[in-house]
Amino acid sequence: MADTMKFDLVSPERKLLSAQVTAVQIPGSDGDMTAMPNHAPTITTLRPGLLTVETTEGTRQFVVTGGFAEIGESLSVLAEKALPREDMDQATYEALVDEAQRAYQQTKEAYPNEPGPVDDAAKLLMDMVAVGSHIGLDPKQPSL
Amino acid sequence: MPNLKDLKNRIASVKSTRKITKAMQMVAAAKLRRAQDAAEAARPYAERFNAVMASLATSVGDSDSAPRLLAGTGKDDVQLLVVLTAERGLCGGFNSNIVKLAKTRIAELKAKGKTVKILTVGKKGREQLKRDHAALFVGHVDLSDVKRLGYGNAQDIARDVLARFDNAEFDVATIFYAKFNSVISQEPRAQQVIPASYGTAEDHQDGASTLYDYEPDEESILADLLPRGVATQIFSALLENAASEQGARMSAMDNATRNAGDMIDRLTIEYNRSRQAVITNELIEIISGAEAL
Repeated sequence: MADTMKFDLVSPERKLLSAQVTAVQIPGSDGDMTAMPNHAPTITTLRPGLLTVETTEGTRQFVVTGGFAEIGESLSVLAEKALPREDMDQATYEALVDEAQRAYQQTKEAYPNEPGPVDDAAKLLMDMVAVGSHIGLDPKQPSL
Repeated sequence: MPNLKDLKNRIASVKSTRKITKAMQMVAAAKLRRAQDAAEAARPYAERFNAVMASLATSVGDSDSAPRLLAGTGKDDVQLLVVLTAERGLCGGFNSNIVKLAKTRIAELKAKGKTVKILTVGKKGREQLKRDHAALFVGHVDLSDVKRLGYGNAQDIARDVLARFDNAEFDVATIFYAKFNSVISQEPRAQQVIPASYGTAEDHQDGASTLYDYEPDEESILADLLPRGVATQIFSALLENAASEQGARMSAMDNATRNAGDMIDRLTIEYNRSRQAVITNELIEIISGAEAL
């Protein structure tokens, strides 16, 4: 059994990481999952959260804001926006939360009578806020 | 015969024009490299994305519940043309070629009795299309303040297009841009983005061979990914366009520099001839003056 697999983390603008990994924790929209070599082929969407990549050399973490992951022979994570955890500071984090909040407000105005999309946007916003406490930043409380 | 002073001024002015075009060419070359790098960096995402979409689309595409972004509205009466051009001119036929392709398409669609709507990105395309088709405009996206194209720009455009689609303002959306082949060749292209066509899984190497589990189910993934697909396609088109624009400008400015050089040579010969003629004339006058005495 192979104990590593190929892993790619790409965002629309660039490739962030391409490495051999032993395990990757993915913040799936239906819950976190850990992908290891020989995982069943799966496609899942992501929620805003922390992506933990375990390689033979060590562990790296990335903050992703959404996108999807394709697990097959190799693992590709296509993130809407992704940045290494160490690049994430309070200002960047707050900008992301602000953006999620704006999206939420817009959805609320666009669909006044449909709870579906509004709830989705609200969940996205709360996930984004939760990322802050996960990585030890001061969680910014949105005004709903 | 033009006098010497005029010729001298003319040469000086062509020389400074050559300096400017030369500088513009070098700037375009530097920007081209950056634009090509950006296009290169964005390719893995687009490729993986399209492969996944193809395998998803084949498994969901035929059912009646397929999302409208994939299956379309069942009509093609109202067509939205998204024309991507540059914010600046002086880049050869780059803008005109894209606009020409769009105009041909408009004429075709109108002949078939369809309704055409135009959304432009980039100032130059708007100026050229406004002359003939001002009534068809539904919007314009201004990117003149954008220093570096980001995915966010593409997302904004996609959001605008998708909102119009949700409001049933159009049935089919096509983007017009120039594909970058090389510095001397950019090819104007039309690509349909709504309803999306990702081809079949067989078109991509490893799409068909694996059967995936979907989490959540296929339909919700598809519903989540399709709007992103529009943004991704627009983003790739924007990057191709940026590279094409710089490539076109580079070769246009190279031509201009060469033409200016030729013109300086011609003018210099003419200047020397006129100067010689003046000297000869003066000598004749002196000699004939001396003989008359």
